[in-house]
Amino acid sequence: MAVTAGKKSPKRAQLEGLLLAPVDWLEERSGLVGGVKYFLFRNVPRDVSWLQTLGSATLTAFIVQAITGTILAFYYKPDPDRAYASIQHITNDLAWGWLVRGMHRWGASVFIILLFLHMGRVFLFGAYKYPRELNWLIGVLLLALGMFEGFTGYLLPWDQTAYWATVVGININGSGPFVGPFLSNVLRGGSEIGSETLARFYAIHMLLLPGALIALIGLHLYLVVRLGVTSPPWSKKGAGRERPVETDTRKQGLLEPRPRGNGPDATGGDGGGPA
Amino acid sequence: MAASEQQGPHTPRGDGPEPSTWKSILPIGFAAGIVLILVGVVLNWIVFGIGVALTVVFGFLWIWDARGQRRPAAPPVEIEPGEEGEEEPERFGRDVFLERTTLGLGALIGVAVTVPVVGFAVAPTFIDQGDEEINIGPMTNFPEGEWRVTHFRSKEREGAVSNRTAYIRNNGIANEVPSFTILSNRCVHLGCPTQPAGATDTDASETVRIPDTFPVTLIPTEPSGFVCPCHGGAYDLEGNRVAGPPVRALDRFNYSIIDGNVVLGDRYSVGKVVGTGADAQIEAYTRFDPGQHVDGPTDWLYPASPQGI
Repeated sequence: MAVTAGKKSPKRAQLEGLLLAPVDWLEERSGLVGGVKYFLFRNVPRDVSWLQTLGSATLTAFIVQAITGTILAFYYKPDPDRAYASIQHITNDLAWGWLVRGMHRWGASVFIILLFLHMGRVFLFGAYKYPRELNWLIGVLLLALGMFEGFTGYLLPWDQTAYWATVVGININGSGPFVGPFLSNVLRGGSEIGSETLARFYAIHMLLLPGALIALIGLHLYLVVRLGVTSPPWSKKGAGRERPVETDTRKQGLLEPRPRGNGPDATGGDGGGPA
Repeated sequence: MAASEQQGPHTPRGDGPEPSTWKSILPIGFAAGIVLILVGVVLNWIVFGIGVALTVVFGFLWIWDARGQRRPAAPPVEIEPGEEGEEEPERFGRDVFLERTTLGLGALIGVAVTVPVVGFAVAPTFIDQGDEEINIGPMTNFPEGEWRVTHFRSKEREGAVSNRTAYIRNNGIANEVPSFTILSNRCVHLGCPTQPAGATDTDASETVRIPDTFPVTLIPTEPSGFVCPCHGGAYDLEGNRVAGPPVRALDRFNYSIIDGNVVLGDRYSVGKVVGTGADAQIEAYTRFDPGQHVDGPTDWLYPASPQGI
């Protein structure tokens, strides 16, 4: 508040103070405002471009899927006798149902496409290298779970396309050696596709996978904040500052390697990372 | 508390006297009584009675003992810092104990919750997966030597999603027993529905109504083979693969003739068929899903079928 008082009239400063009071109240008790600022206003290399926003775009697509999917669940009925009819009801009868269903349906493709573009950017920029390998692995898991979301969601309209695509999809899975036949049974909820399959896919699609995705996205973002954004490969400077001249290859990363063992930390380092 | 005065000089924190051995039996006896009560409720009333007696007796003694055990003002404890205390080897201290107990209990609870839940998610999908018997009507509906595309429901309660189709040909009487060739229409590549290659007379279809069964539809057809629209798999009239990606011959149904009706039994998988009609030699296997080899050099990839028990 005091900062804003610079050129502004006292009255305006007073008003701003009044408006910001709830935020201050929150900040004093939770530190959330500072946390959000820390998350949003991070230093990034000076030569980042729109390409580095593909991850945020993917996250946005995921949030759109989560919201539209939640609302669709208000009206969808995962029962073989009523699933198709409820989809028709959503699309043709309910106000804006066609729009929300369309957002979810097309948004699914957008999500997958953005996942691949983001992955391609990370790959071509070499952003998967030390110390970010773990984040690449988490990203691969996110991709796999995202594809599984697509597979389970495809059955839910319960029309001919959905049914036969799932028959073929599960049988492709079943042709995997040794465990394939057993995985098929687990996926179908038995030896044949039926009401068990629909209920199972619905639960996986809207509870199991989103939960896992949210957890992994949280981890993914944590590592992005902790490790920072990589400079493009053509950048003259590493992450906006001169690369340290280091002959010891172990010391070229962001983190100082810790001495092994439990003895007193001779270097006095704290293991690195932003506090 | 005469018995409690033997505590060693090294008892470090002076948490009170150790109970002597016979007294530590009291809570154990009490617990045993409770166990006997619970077991007795299930098994018989004599055990239950013994449990009640044990519980009451030991409970009474325990309370009686605890009542007198008003913790005496902590007896003078010799903790002189820097004296003998520091020489003691690493103790299995209270904090270590609590830490391990917390972790252990957490793990125990985790296992106790996870195992049944995962089991519940997985186990039912392998149990009771056999086919039900389906009456598809009098065998007189199947003229000798002709094919019928037969639509029926494999599980009535599942509704339309259990609609199934079989190609059925009456082979006449062989060895004084009626013989049928009953092929499943599901392609053994990836499970799409095959179609008869040849004239199919849908106008001449007839519906057979059998009490307590979903109506069965019979459509006459004169196929030269069966083909799959998805990826071009093709089969001959005995279900042997003649072209495309399928890995074996079409599945077949067991059947029996009951009171002149054809009753379909389990579906089973077929490696290949030699010969035709009633004389066919069928290499039968338990039911495998489409895409899984049952013979040839690659059948070791699929050693077991979840349905095959």
